[in-house]
Amino acid sequence: MVTARSPAAASAHALGGRAEARPARWRRQLGAKLALLPLTAVVIVVYLGCMLWTVRLSFSSSKLLPVQDWAGLQQYGRLFANDRFLVSAINIGIFGVLFIGGCLVFGFLLAVFIDQRVRAEGVLRTVFLFPHAMSLVVTGLAWQWFLNPTLGLQKLVRDLGFAGFTFDWIVNQQMVIYTLVIAGIWQASGLVMAILLAGLRGVDEDLWKAARVDGIPAWRVYLSIALPLIGPMVVTATVLLAVQVVKLYDLVVAMTRGGPGIASEVPAKFVMDHLFERNNIGLATAAATMMLVTVVAILAPWIYARYVRETGRCP
Amino acid sequence: MRMFRLACLATAMLAAAPLTARAEMRAEVLHWWTSGGESAAVKVFADKFTEAGGTWVDSAIAGGQAARTAGINRIVGGNPPTAMQFNTGKQFDELVANGLLADLDAVAAEGKWQDVLPPALTEAITRDGKVYAIPVNIHGINWLWYNKKLFDEHGLAEPTSWAEVAAAGEKLKEAGLIGLAQGGQPWQERSLFNAMLVGDAGTDLYYRIYRDGDQEAVRSDGFRKVADLFKQLQGLTDAGSPGRNWNDATAMVLTGKAGMQVIGDWAKGEFTAAGQVAGQDYGCAIVGQGGYLMGGDVFVFPVVDDAASANETQATLAEVMFAPETQIAFNTIKGSVPSRLDVDVSGMDACAQKGAAALKDPARQVPTTDFLISPDLSGALDDVITQFWNNQGMTTDQFVEQFIGAMQAAG
Repeated sequence: MVTARSPAAASAHALGGRAEARPARWRRQLGAKLALLPLTAVVIVVYLGCMLWTVRLSFSSSKLLPVQDWAGLQQYGRLFANDRFLVSAINIGIFGVLFIGGCLVFGFLLAVFIDQRVRAEGVLRTVFLFPHAMSLVVTGLAWQWFLNPTLGLQKLVRDLGFAGFTFDWIVNQQMVIYTLVIAGIWQASGLVMAILLAGLRGVDEDLWKAARVDGIPAWRVYLSIALPLIGPMVVTATVLLAVQVVKLYDLVVAMTRGGPGIASEVPAKFVMDHLFERNNIGLATAAATMMLVTVVAILAPWIYARYVRETGRCP
Repeated sequence: MRMFRLACLATAMLAAAPLTARAEMRAEVLHWWTSGGESAAVKVFADKFTEAGGTWVDSAIAGGQAARTAGINRIVGGNPPTAMQFNTGKQFDELVANGLLADLDAVAAEGKWQDVLPPALTEAITRDGKVYAIPVNIHGINWLWYNKKLFDEHGLAEPTSWAEVAAAGEKLKEAGLIGLAQGGQPWQERSLFNAMLVGDAGTDLYYRIYRDGDQEAVRSDGFRKVADLFKQLQGLTDAGSPGRNWNDATAMVLTGKAGMQVIGDWAKGEFTAAGQVAGQDYGCAIVGQGGYLMGGDVFVFPVVDDAASANETQATLAEVMFAPETQIAFNTIKGSVPSRLDVDVSGMDACAQKGAAALKDPARQVPTTDFLISPDLSGALDDVITQFWNNQGMTTDQFVEQFIGAMQAAG
C-alpha cells in the first residue's frame, strides 16, 4: 500500500511545484473529491457504521433481535468462559501460522520451479493456480471425502493390501486442524506462486549474470538476492493470506463442520452459529468484536512502523 | 446446484411479488421444504388452498436456518410473507413478544384445536393465553431403526431398553458389522442423547432438567447412567462417523452395513425410496420407557399492514392446513404423524401407526427440547454433548459439570 501511495503523493508534489493556475487545480481536485464522495460515504456509513453497531450490540443482551440495553461486560464474561470460543481462538492461531508459512514456502518453491523455464510452463501454471479458482465449499467437500477413513485414502491403501495403514486425521480431535491446514495450503499456494513468479520474472537479468560470473550457486541467489528483491510481493501475498485466515469459515463448514466435537471450530463459525442458529446476537457480536480487536492489535504495530514512524522521521 | 436454482427461483418470486396484481386471497408462504419428498408434501397444502379459492405463492428457501433468517429479516423489515414456517418450539418467542405475529384465537376456537391437539403441542403454540401458530405435523425424533434381516441372522430381537440396544450393537460388532450407524453432527448426537435420557432415565428426569432447569437432576444417578450408556454406544460406531449426514447413516442400515440408527421418522422416506417395507425389511421401535419425543413444524402468520383482507387469507390458510384430510395427505408424504389426534391413521404405514398409537397416551407425549429451552441453551448443550461423544478422554464427571456450566451460562 505504501508503494502505491507514495508515487502518487510524489507526483502531486511535482504538479504543485509546476506553475499551474491555482483555480484550475482546485477545480480538478474538486471533481476528484466529488467523485470520491459516495465511496467515502459508503465507507463511513456501511463499514465503520456497522463496525460500531456491532461493538455497541456486544454490550447489550440481544438475543434474536437487536436490543439497545446495557449489559456491561456480561457477554464478554460468558465468551471467555466458553470452551468452544477458546478452542476456536487456539485453532485460528495454529491455522494462521501454519497456513501462511506453508503457503509462502510452498508457493515460493513452486515459483522457483516454474522459473527454471520448464517445458509446458503455461499448463503447469494453470494447474497450480486452478485450486484457487474453485470455491472452498467444493474443494472442502472433496477433501472431506478424500480424508474420510471409510471412503477415501485410508480405504484405498488398505484395499491395495496394506491393512495396517492408518490416516484418520480428519476424525481425530488432535489432528483435525492440520487437515484444514493441508487443504488450505493446497488451495492457496497457487496464488502465492503466481504473485512470486511475477516478482521473480522482474528480477534484473544482469544480476543473474553477475552472480554466475562470481560462481554463486543458484539456490543462494534465490535466497539472498531474489527473495529480498521481491519483498513487496511477499508482503502482498502475506496480506492476502492473512485475510483468508481471519474469514476462515466455508472450508471448515464444508470439511468438518467444526468437528469431531468442537475440535476444529474457528471464530468466524462461532459468530455465524450464534448470530443465526442460536439466536444470540449479543454473544456473537462480542466474539466478532474480539476478532476485530485481535486484527487491529496485529496491524497497529505494523501500520505504526510502516507509516507513522517513517513519515515522522523524514518530513 | 438444485438448492441454488431453488434459491434463485425464490428470489425471483420475491422480486416479482409486488408486480403481480393483488388477487383476493394471495398467500405467500415461506418454508424450507425443498427436497423431493418435502416439496411433494407442501404441494398438498398448495393444492388444497387453491381449491379453497386462494392463490398460493411458494417461497421455498433451502435450509431451515437460511429460511428462518430470511423470514425474520422480512418480518422485522416490514415486508412479511403471509405465512412462515418454524420448528415447533421457542424459535418464534421473540417475534410474539415484539407484537410481530397475528394471533389465531378465532380460528383455533372455531376449529376446537384444543380438543384435538396433544396438550404439549397446545402449550407450544400458545403465548400469554393466545394461539400464535398452527402445528401441521408431529415428527417423532427418538425412533430406533434397525435392519430386520441382520437382526434375524444374528438371532436378535427388537430391543426394548437402551441396555439391550448396546448389547445388540456389541453382538453385531463382534460379527464384523457396524453396531450403530451414527451421523456425527452435533444435532444428531443431541437427538440420540435425549432419546436415551427419555427412554432410560424417564420423562420425569427429562422434564426436571429441560423444563425446570434443575441442576441437581443432572447430578443424579439416572443422568450419569445415561451418560455412561451414551459413551458405550459411541464405541459401536465406525471411524467414518464424524461429520456424516443422517441420510448417509440411514443408507448404511438399509444396505446392511450397519445394524441400527437412532433418528427421527423422516428417515422413513429413505427406506421407502429404497423400496423397503416397514415391519418387513426394517423395524422401528421407541426404546425404553415409552416417552414419544415430539418435534415438528408450525406455521406462524405475521402481522400484515392491510389487515382486513390479509386476516381472511390467513384464517383460510390455517383452516385448510388443519383440515383432517389435508393432515392425512400431507403427513403420509412427509413421513410424520398428523398433529391432530382425531384423524384416522389406519391407511398409514406400520411405523406411523405405532407413532400415532403412542401419541394417544398423554403420558407418552413428550415435547423435544426445542419446546422447552431457548436456542441459545440448546446450542450450548450441543457443544457439551458433542465434546463428550467425541472426546475419548472426557469423563462422566466432567460431562456433568460442563452440562451444568452450560445451563448456568445460557439458562
